[in-house]
Amino acid sequence: MKPNSIAIVGTAETTELGKIPNLSQIQLHADAALNALEDVGLKPSDIDGVATAGEIPTNVAYYLGITPTWVDGTSVGGCSFMLHVRHAAAAINAGLCETVLITHGESGRSRVGVSNTWPRGATTLAGQFEMPFGVAGPPTMFTIPVLRYMKEYGLTHEQLAMVSVVQREWAAKNPRASFKEPITVEDVLDSKMIAYPFRKLQCCLVTDGGGALILTSAERAKDLPQKPVYIRGTGESVETPLISQMEDFTTSKAFRVSGQKAFEEAGIKHSDVDHLMIYDAFAHLPIYGLEDLGFCDPGCAGEFIAGRNTAPGGQLPLNTNGGGLSYMHSGMYGMYALQESVRQLRGTAAAQVENAKISIAHGVGGMFAASGTIIMSNEQL
Amino acid sequence: MAEFKKQVPRPTPETQHFWDGAKNQQLLLQQCDQCQHTYFPPRPFCPKCASREVSITEASGKATLYSYVINHRPLPGFDNPHSIAVVELEEGPRMMSNIVGCPQTPEALVLDMPLKVTFEALTDEINLPKFQPAEA
Repeated sequence: MKPNSIAIVGTAETTELGKIPNLSQIQLHADAALNALEDVGLKPSDIDGVATAGEIPTNVAYYLGITPTWVDGTSVGGCSFMLHVRHAAAAINAGLCETVLITHGESGRSRVGVSNTWPRGATTLAGQFEMPFGVAGPPTMFTIPVLRYMKEYGLTHEQLAMVSVVQREWAAKNPRASFKEPITVEDVLDSKMIAYPFRKLQCCLVTDGGGALILTSAERAKDLPQKPVYIRGTGESVETPLISQMEDFTTSKAFRVSGQKAFEEAGIKHSDVDHLMIYDAFAHLPIYGLEDLGFCDPGCAGEFIAGRNTAPGGQLPLNTNGGGLSYMHSGMYGMYALQESVRQLRGTAAAQVENAKISIAHGVGGMFAASGTIIMSNEQL
Repeated sequence: MAEFKKQVPRPTPETQHFWDGAKNQQLLLQQCDQCQHTYFPPRPFCPKCASREVSITEASGKATLYSYVINHRPLPGFDNPHSIAVVELEEGPRMMSNIVGCPQTPEALVLDMPLKVTFEALTDEINLPKFQPAEA
C-alpha cells in the first residue's frame, strides 16, 4: 500500500452501546453505517465498496441499498476490520472502487438475530481436538498460554491485574464506557475466578453494539467535511485456529508478522507513536501486543504497564477508550479499537491525547489465530 | 445419559486412524518419511515439507505439562473446577487435554511436571486421551 494515499473520512459507532435488545445484528450494522454516512455527508448510493464480518457483505449491501463493485467478506475474528481497512486501501488504489464502507454489528449480549454459533462443528480440528476437553469459549481458550508466559518471564498476578486497573482509569474518562468505577489490584484479584489464573475483571465485557468506517482516496478526502485520518501502514497475518498449536505460548507469530509489516510500510519508529490500541479481550493481550509489536522487550511489558507507562499521563497512552475490559466488547472488538484511533487523530476522543499525530490499532482474531495492524496519521506529510 | 452434552468428536477420513488408535488405548501421531518431522493434529501430508509420504507412529504416552487453565464455570459433563491443559509429548507435538488423577489446583498442577497418557471413554466409539501425573 502507498502510505497516506487512502483516508478514513467517515466513522461512527452505533447510537447506543451496551444492552440493545431492540436491535438485531443486521440493524446494528445499519445503525452504525447510517451514522458514519451522516458523519461524512454521504448517501448509500455514494458507496461502491462493502466489507464486513459477522454478516456476509451481501446482507449488508442489500439491507442498505448499496450496489458495490467490490466486496470483502474476510472473517478471521475480531481483527477482521483491520484486514478490511488494509484490503480496502489496496482496492481503492487499484481502482476497483472509490468509496468503501466497512461495518460491524454484534448482538453479543442480547443475542438478537445473531449468525455466529458456538461450539465449533464436531468434524473441525477444534471440534475433534479441543472442544471435547471442556473449553467453554474464549475464557477457557484464550487464557491457556498465560501460565507458560508467567513461568518463562516471571510475570506476577499483580502485574497482570494492573492491566485491568489502568484501563479502568481510562474508562473513567469516557462517558460511553460500560464500567467507570475505579478498581484496585486487590479488587481484580478478589473478583470471581473464571478460569485460573483469570478472574472476572480480567475478562472482557459482553455487550451489544456496532461501528462503521468509510474510506476513500486522500485526493477525494479533501472535498469531504471531516479531518482525514490517513492510512500510513498496514499488516495482517494468521497462525492457527487451534490455541493448543500456537508455535510459542509466550508470543504470537501473527502479531509479530502483522506488526512488522505495518511498521515497515509506515516507515516510522516506535518513538513516533503517540497513541496505541491493542485489542484486549483478556488482560494478557496488551502484554503480548506491546512485546510482539516491539514496544517492549520480551518479558518486560507487564512491568511496563504496572509502572504506569500506558496509564493516563504515561508515555504511551494505550486503550484510551477503556478497552474491551471496561469500554465495550460485542465479540469482534477490532472495530472499536479503530474507532478510538480515529477519534484520537481527529481530536475528538473523550480522553484525548494531546497533539496525537500517529496512532496504531492492533487487533487479534480468534484466540491468537489472526492479527491485523493499522497505523494511522492525521498528517499527510 | 439424557443430560450428556459434552461435545463428541466426529472423525473425518483424515483423522479416523487417531480415534481408532485411541479406542485401542494407543496415542497415534504421524511422522514424515522424507524429513522425519513428527506432528499432530492428523493430516495426510507433512505440515513442514508438504510430503504426502507419511507414516503413523505410536507415541510413548509420556508428556510434560506445558500450560493450562482451571475452569471454574459449571460445564455439563465436567467436574467443577476442571483443568484444560496443553501437554507437550515426548515426541515433540503438543495437544490439548485434561489433567486427571490429581487435585485441580495450581499447587497440584505444576508446569513441566511429567505426565502419562490415559484413555477415558466418552462414547462407545470415542476414547479421549487424558493425562495424569507420571508418578501416580
